[in-house]
Amino acid sequence: MIDSKPLVNVEKLTKYFPVTRGMVFQKTIGNVRAVDGLSFTIARGETLGLVGESGCGKTTAGRTILGLYPPTSGEVRIDGENLVKAKGRKLLAIRRKAQIIFQDPYASLNPRWTINAIVSEPLRVHKLFATDRERSERVKELINLVGLSPRLVNRFPHEFSGGQRQRIGIARALASDPLFIVCDEPISALDVSIQAQVVNLLEDLQDQFGLTYLFIAHDLSMVRHICDRVAVMYLGVIVEIAERNDLYENPLHPYTKALLSAVPIADPRKERARKRTILTGDVPSPINPPAGCRFHPRCPIAMDRCRSETPEWREAGPDHWVACHAV
Amino acid sequence: MTNNLLEVRDLKTRFHTPEGVIHAVNGVSFDLPEGSTLAVVGESGCGKSVTMMSILRLIAIPPGEIASGSAVYCGVDLFKISESEMERDVRGKAIAMVFQDPMTSLNPVLTIGRQLTESLRVHLGMNPRQCQKRAVELLELVGIPEPVNRLHDYPHQYSGGMRQRVMIAMALSCSPSLLIADEPTTALDVTIQAQIVELVKSLREKVGLSIIWITHDLGVVAGLADRVVVMYSGFIVEEAGVDDIYEDPRHPYTIALLEALPRVDRRRGSSRLKAIHGAPPNLLVEPHGCPFAPRCEVAVEQCSVENPKLLQVNDGHKVACWVDVKTGAPR
Repeated sequence: MIDSKPLVNVEKLTKYFPVTRGMVFQKTIGNVRAVDGLSFTIARGETLGLVGESGCGKTTAGRTILGLYPPTSGEVRIDGENLVKAKGRKLLAIRRKAQIIFQDPYASLNPRWTINAIVSEPLRVHKLFATDRERSERVKELINLVGLSPRLVNRFPHEFSGGQRQRIGIARALASDPLFIVCDEPISALDVSIQAQVVNLLEDLQDQFGLTYLFIAHDLSMVRHICDRVAVMYLGVIVEIAERNDLYENPLHPYTKALLSAVPIADPRKERARKRTILTGDVPSPINPPAGCRFHPRCPIAMDRCRSETPEWREAGPDHWVACHAV
Repeated sequence: MTNNLLEVRDLKTRFHTPEGVIHAVNGVSFDLPEGSTLAVVGESGCGKSVTMMSILRLIAIPPGEIASGSAVYCGVDLFKISESEMERDVRGKAIAMVFQDPMTSLNPVLTIGRQLTESLRVHLGMNPRQCQKRAVELLELVGIPEPVNRLHDYPHQYSGGMRQRVMIAMALSCSPSLLIADEPTTALDVTIQAQIVELVKSLREKVGLSIIWITHDLGVVAGLADRVVVMYSGFIVEEAGVDDIYEDPRHPYTIALLEALPRVDRRRGSSRLKAIHGAPPNLLVEPHGCPFAPRCEVAVEQCSVENPKLLQVNDGHKVACWVDVKTGAPR
């Protein structure tokens, strides 16, 4: 099912947000280095998980990959086309292939638009059907596809529950027949019993249309379930990428280890017996990220070298990449 | 046999809204033995927060109404004492609460020190010097570095995890015997969540707290609670010791919740997650039959007619279900 030729190719992608001072004569006094050199590929039909704490830059990464934020440097190729250099009609054509599902189903749907208007917007933008009638037929088809009743297309978002709204967001993302969808924490705002419904829907759609996902999340249990490979991000950089079972059973980077040991397990006996690596402190500011390895101030095994030298990104095992001096 | 610190009986809370009456809590009873930790688990809208707010009488009346029930704390029915006694002796003093969102529960224009010492002044009548000393002790207790300097900081200078530590310090300031934590880690990252859980565990031993921990995450409380109460649509559907809930769940809703949760320590099984179809019920409609029946996989005819009572099935294990899920036979 998974094609060896990657669909998405991200190379040395960076996104800095300038920090300015002054009202009239604005002066840049620093940069928030939200994404600081990401490189990875996603194969066709694959789901890559992107995990990390809040503020690590995973959402910015997702948005920059789609060109929603112009990247500071680096390259993104989707289906062979360079998104960074593309402009006008060419950019529109690439964007048709790459869509996004947002985290907050309450904020990502215009409250004054009907479901029909929301889901048909991509169809209008990309001029996919000639008439309104054809478009609304397509909308009904999409709404049906995500498990809602096509009778509801003239209603407004407030008439739906969180889980239903997320289905509407999924229908909108599917409207332009994309190849690649960035799922930006699509289930974190939903109740446990609804999360499973949405995850199953995403998987069904992937099977049906051969979709490729970048699944951004902080719920490591769900990521293990849904993703084929997982990338762990810390302060704007990826510290480890591996196949899911390899990553969860044999984590190499101390940050990955700490992150996994913090995830609660719904098993009281296991929980009581567990030895935890509790990370002290919080994620440092991305304006002045620590020198050397960015994780060294919180790392339980940091050495002198970690404070000055940035660890090399290397393959520590088959398809298992890590950036750590101690591995 | 330990004494019960809190005994709640048949608590019913309703809200009168323009759309109709919301039946938020529909006859909830539970005990909290002294020194123990009780987890209250359920999805949003199941009444878990309203139950605790009712016990502390933090419900706005109107539109809210505590229609019936009692909450006996150390022999005193909290619903029978006056508002001023409640304010003076109970809230913040005997029973303290920590809320979900550490970003919004602190006043952004007052220093941490000022907010931390408020209950010391109000409840214990301390002078500024005593307040300062105690505040530093409290920040040390919850693991905030350089407490003397950080007293003068404002909430925005603290990170989310630190703010939640401050909230816990505030809750502990008058040495309460009961701490009610309402989803205290939901807004936090897993690494910070683990820090807070460890902190609460250590405080429980250090200062001898009883704890009620409200959560929607069955994972978090597995290592923390002694007993677990599962709520659905304003009813308690199952109550048991922590091992029984996870290893021998008897209510179809508890079973479904556990199965809907992927596990970080297990390889993905054959296929899909087991989702609970449908959505939680509309609380505007007076409950009729078992509230979970429309979503239940083992429902029988009886379920849509009459709501099952919470009955003992095993030692310390109570379930409200017409079907014995072990045998599939009606009860």
